[in-house]
Amino acid sequence: MSADPYVLRVNGNDHQVPDAHLGESLLWVLRERLGLPGSKNACEEGECGSCSVQIDGELVCSCLVLAAAAVGREVTTIEGLAPDGELADVQRAFVEAGAVQCGFCTPGLLMAVDTLLDELSDDGSVPDDLTVREAISGNLCRCTGYGRILEAVSIAADIRRGESRGDLA
Amino acid sequence: MEAMSVTFARTVDDACAALAEHPGALLLAGGTDLMVGVNRGQVRFADVVVLDRVDELRGWRREGDEIVLGAGLTYAEMGRGELPALVPALAQASRTVGSPQIRNAGTLGGNVATSSPAGDTLPVLAALDATIDLRSAQGARRLAIGEFVTGVKQNALEPGELIEAVRVPVLDGPQEFLKVGTRNAMVISVVSLALVVDRSGRNVRVGLGSVSPVPLRPADAEAHIAGCIDWDTGSAPDAAAVHRFAALVAGAARPIDDHRGTAAYRSHAVGVLARRALLRAFPGGAS
Ligand SMILES: Cc1cc2nc3c(=O)[nH]c(=O)nc-3n(C[C@H](O)[C@H](O)[C@H](O)COP(=O)(O)OP(=O)(O)OC[C@H]3O[C@@H](n4cnc5c(N)ncnc54)[C@H](O)[C@@H]3O)c2cc1C
Ligand code: FES
Ligand code: FES
Repeated sequence: MSADPYVLRVNGNDHQVPDAHLGESLLWVLRERLGLPGSKNACEEGECGSCSVQIDGELVCSCLVLAAAAVGREVTTIEGLAPDGELADVQRAFVEAGAVQCGFCTPGLLMAVDTLLDELSDDGSVPDDLTVREAISGNLCRCTGYGRILEAVSIAADIRRGESRGDLA
Repeated sequence: MEAMSVTFARTVDDACAALAEHPGALLLAGGTDLMVGVNRGQVRFADVVVLDRVDELRGWRREGDEIVLGAGLTYAEMGRGELPALVPALAQASRTVGSPQIRNAGTLGGNVATSSPAGDTLPVLAALDATIDLRSAQGARRLAIGEFVTGVKQNALEPGELIEAVRVPVLDGPQEFLKVGTRNAMVISVVSLALVVDRSGRNVRVGLGSVSPVPLRPADAEAHIAGCIDWDTGSAPDAAAVHRFAALVAGAARPIDDHRGTAAYRSHAVGVLARRALLRAFPGGAS
């Protein structure tokens, strides 16, 4: 059963989605129909977070979003974090901290951390350890043991607050 | 082949009309239960009625001593603003659900409609004697939560009907929600318990989750502990009373063995939660 074509707004651009089938998740449509494979697919049941995207600024698992129901929403994927090819602050921080090993979890984690920093930047506060751990609790990483990810978050928070840390100079 | 339809309802009336027009259409709220089944190929559908743009379902309001919670409230929304002060156990339960991603999408109405024994809002709604407002093109009706959930993932929803709102009382007294799982995030309850104190009604009400097909109220435990509290001073019940309360709660549980835990463990754990919740509600009590 194919759906009527619909339009998804992803990373600021409208994309026609023709020939879609009913029941396709946003994750599937992003990867297989729109050529945006940055969001990863590991579980398709909301457990791993590797498919995390922002919809209207809120972090969700794209595998649990019916693509055809995301019409009219603003979807931001990992490809939208650094549209001009220059690394975003969270990406620089992950590189800096060595928080990427196999990299499979990284796009989802970057979206989670970006969302956290967006929320915090409203009041300019520094995220405490518990807040950070809770913010990334829906993202599984099987390589790093999370230590370097936590370090990356604190670097990213500093960058976003516009501080330059001496040890990074 | 028949084409699928996706209806973006704007009002509850719209949604009911769409359900009437497309019998068998599926309601889609946050998708956190439904899409898991869709991705596994277990759920097939031709028509979807999307609820997340129905403003009437998204908010909450106070009506006298009641809070009317729109079915479309997300866990994230139930955990912020004034609601945690008004219905603390519901906010606490919301905070334990899934992960930030799940809490941003998953809704109260979806949890109630799924009617899973592990649904974390259900023991809270049972303890609060919540009522469920249902709507269809034919009209409206209201059921007690105990009438609504009829079995494991079974409920009284009729074809063409949707959950519009959940009504809970504003009570004078502390509330606790506790849940046992293998870690803090992303866990389906092995057992859960909600305890609410109603000082003006002079009772303590308890809802148990994951220990029976439907959320349970341990009536004997409630009656026992209400009689052991000095409601005029609000002082804590003594150690023997707390012990008996926990034993009565454990005895009321009707758990099964499954991959998450044994029945014996669940009965034990729910007794531990009962004691812990009571002592938090009445600090200073002997443990
Ligand atoms: C990774 C993960 C972790 C989870 N963790 C928890 C947890 O800790 N605790 C917990 O309780 N649950 C948990 N869940 C389950 C799920 O998130 C909740 O049950 C959630 O409340 C479902 O709401 P939804 O809006 O996403 O429902 P949907 O998936 O949109 O819908 C679920 C069902 O309810 C029906 N429905 C939805 N809204 C209405 C309505 N207004 N009227 C009538 N029918 C309706 C739908 O048709 C469907 O049958 C988890 C799920 C995932 C994927
Ligand atoms: S693929 Fe979506 S959470 Fe794992
Ligand atoms: S770097 Fe391999 S899963 Fe996280």
